[in-house]
Amino acid sequence: MADALRIKLTGRGILVLVFGFLYLPIAVLVLLSFNESGLPTSWSGFSLRWYVSLAGNSDILHAAWNTLVVAVVATLIATVLGTMLAIGMETRKRRSTPLEALAFSPMVIPDIVLAVALLTLFSRLNVTMGLHTIIISHVIFDLAFVCSVVRARLKNFDFSIVEASRDLGASSFTTFWRVTFPVLLPAIVAGALLAFTLSVDEFIIAFFTAGAGRASITLPMQIYSMIRFGVTPEINALATLVMGVSATVLLISQWLNKEQMTR
Amino acid sequence: MTEPLSIPVLSVDRVVKHFGKTIAVDGISLDIRENEFFALLGPSGCGKTTLLRMIAGFEVPDSGSIHLGDRDITREAPDKRPLNLMFQSYALFPHMTVWQNLAYGLEMERLPRGEIASRVDDMLKTTDLVALSARKPAELSGGQKQRVALARALIKRPKVLLLDEPLGALDKKLREKMQLELKRLQHEVGITFIIVTHDQEEALVMADRIAVLRDGHILQCGTPQDIYERPANRFVAGFIGMMNFIEGEIGSDALFRAAGQALVCDMHGLKRSAPAVLAVRPEHILLRPEGSGVAGTVVDVAYHGLDRQLYVKTALSQAPLQVRVAAAGPEEAAARTGASVSLGFDAAACRLFQE
Amino acid sequence: MSSQTARSNLMALPAIAWLGLFMIVPCLIVFAYAFLTRGLYGGVEYTLTSENFARVFDPLYAKIFLTSVRIAGLATLFAILIAYPAAYAICLAPKRMQPILLFFAVLPFWSNYLIRTYAWIVLLNREGLINNLLRWLGYDGEPLSLLYSEGAVIVGLVYNYLPFVILAIYSSLSRLNGDLIEASRDLGAGRVRTFLRVTLPLTMPGVAAGGVFIFVLSIGNFVTPALLGGGRFQMIGNLVYDQFLTANDWPFGAALGMVLIAVMIGLLLLQARASARFSGETAEAKHG
Repeated sequence: MADALRIKLTGRGILVLVFGFLYLPIAVLVLLSFNESGLPTSWSGFSLRWYVSLAGNSDILHAAWNTLVVAVVATLIATVLGTMLAIGMETRKRRSTPLEALAFSPMVIPDIVLAVALLTLFSRLNVTMGLHTIIISHVIFDLAFVCSVVRARLKNFDFSIVEASRDLGASSFTTFWRVTFPVLLPAIVAGALLAFTLSVDEFIIAFFTAGAGRASITLPMQIYSMIRFGVTPEINALATLVMGVSATVLLISQWLNKEQMTR
Repeated sequence: MTEPLSIPVLSVDRVVKHFGKTIAVDGISLDIRENEFFALLGPSGCGKTTLLRMIAGFEVPDSGSIHLGDRDITREAPDKRPLNLMFQSYALFPHMTVWQNLAYGLEMERLPRGEIASRVDDMLKTTDLVALSARKPAELSGGQKQRVALARALIKRPKVLLLDEPLGALDKKLREKMQLELKRLQHEVGITFIIVTHDQEEALVMADRIAVLRDGHILQCGTPQDIYERPANRFVAGFIGMMNFIEGEIGSDALFRAAGQALVCDMHGLKRSAPAVLAVRPEHILLRPEGSGVAGTVVDVAYHGLDRQLYVKTALSQAPLQVRVAAAGPEEAAARTGASVSLGFDAAACRLFQE
Repeated sequence: MSSQTARSNLMALPAIAWLGLFMIVPCLIVFAYAFLTRGLYGGVEYTLTSENFARVFDPLYAKIFLTSVRIAGLATLFAILIAYPAAYAICLAPKRMQPILLFFAVLPFWSNYLIRTYAWIVLLNREGLINNLLRWLGYDGEPLSLLYSEGAVIVGLVYNYLPFVILAIYSSLSRLNGDLIEASRDLGAGRVRTFLRVTLPLTMPGVAAGGVFIFVLSIGNFVTPALLGGGRFQMIGNLVYDQFLTANDWPFGAALGMVLIAVMIGLLLLQARASARFSGETAEAKHG
């Protein structure tokens, strides 16, 4: 059918345009990061010099270390709390609307509002701000995302296997570790990886809760000041690395989620 | 009896359809007559739904043609064809009320509002849906949805109404009621119906003519009686109703032999001295007095109310033969597991098939 | 309360405590701040007032508010206009390709927001790629100042949030029962009328979800106007930022934050009602 062919080709065309729009700007950055001159005006040859100079930039290394600490610790806390919340919500007999709203709101609340609210809280309590306050803040949205990924898995979870395990003589504790947890594990890891990338990339809340000084600056904060005050070509290399790490982690997360669906 | 010699209302001519490498419809030709209730019957994957979708316009044949009267509709878009389809899933628009669902097709014809309203109201009355007109599909039961889907297709007064497994989603009781209801409605509106079904009982009850399909071919096309009593081949024989098969051989003397028993049958068109299969329905096997006919032992009895189904092990076949006897009557004594019985065959009703 | 419910609540408790302590309590404090008076050197004085909310409607701030609404509204509109065909095109692709296309459509959304915004600085700059491209194509006038404009802010917002809008519309479209489209065609509607009368109304919940999402995130956005608007385009997000970090007027910042929350809640409720209007959809989709 000529008509069907035309529709198919139109569809392909739209996909090419949209994916071009989504990926070209990123591709330009990646390409620039390997440009000897570092300038978008001309290509002066392939070079890794911006990556080398990145490795020698102690500010950036310091910020990267801070980011890693924040993301790992926040992810660990959020994974435990988020998984427990998901199980708690899905095993309830009746849906609780306030609980649903509570678990949902960290994902939709404007981050600037959450940021100033946390700043207000910490300054009210006279807490010295630093990495620990960033971690506390990141756990809020991290746990919400972990919870939503794990709940998606629990929705397809056949709770009769829990009953079967109890029927076969396992205690509820043993049942959790031998039955429920292994089934949920891929979703938990997928949720944790998602939380990790969110934490690595989060800027505004970290910016408001990091406190004064450079001690607890994170990578996004470093990138922001690099963009605002004097762009050096190093940023292209940094951007490429950060996106590469995010994309890899997300691919693994997606793959885990898919594995569990086909199982 | 005079057959009308007019042009058929719908004719399908040597239609072929492939999906990738698999062939769904392999050269089917069919003529459907005015006011006929026609059934396309076959197991899933036989090509019946693909054929129906080509008639409706959702698939285009690779070759062959489809004519509505003398109009070639082979390549016409579905919205331009004066025939309508009732979907298996009913496909009621969930965001519209029953009334709006019925009006939709008429709005597409750009009819005046007044006419749309009066035709919708009429159709609601015909299909007994007046009380439900303001409801949305989510608020209807399965049977009600089925009626709305039917009404929505009929209101366009199509030349031919196509029904894709229209009763498939209903429970058994409702299905039987709706079979008669559909037949009555078809009679009343005088529209040609083509129904796709995998349920042979449904086809037998409702259709004027049935085409039995398998692997993209028509195996047999005829009245329900034709197909039930004179199946054209072993597949049709086994697909329609219950059937016993006995493997054997036709001797040079034109007798069918199996396990030392000989049977006189209609040998028309069959090879002598060659293997053959005898097909006989449970109601055509009779209990005989002890000592005559084929000896067997009852291995199981199933009670069906009006009659009983006996499963009788004999030397004739591996599987026990199914024999239908009246529930009450002289045969009652034989209807015990373990009873010895003697079987006879109604030769006139037996069919022989050769590969 | 059954023991099962007790156990479920116990499991949820740590997370509830965390969210209560670090999200609900701070928001309540901000809510309270919005009714207090600004202190002399930052901080607050405990004099109740509604003046902070009145100031939101002061012409100066009302203008910023309207700019925010306009920018967020346009970003929402463009995002939907791009995302709908994109989601539709993904639905037209072969079944096994769809999750892959969807994954790659959404992937940029999870990567660093700042970097994606920065990429547009590189493109829109006076010395940037687009100006270079124009020069290479033979344009020899003044380089276009594409950056630091309302258009640049809108492009940045659309670019950053487009993936989610595609996702939301796709999930609506893919749940749409294909039989409904065929039924509409069968009843005599052409492609266009089928789209307007069946496809579009039934996928409105997805459009609404995606639209509310990008609108809420855009109106409270602070990074994009700061980077791509060059500070020339103040939006509510920037205003909140300024009140807390430079102007030191926390009560007014708090009032602005509450306005943002109110807008968000209002839109979410509206969206929930819009979805409920098509409640038949989910029931139908389960059969499909």
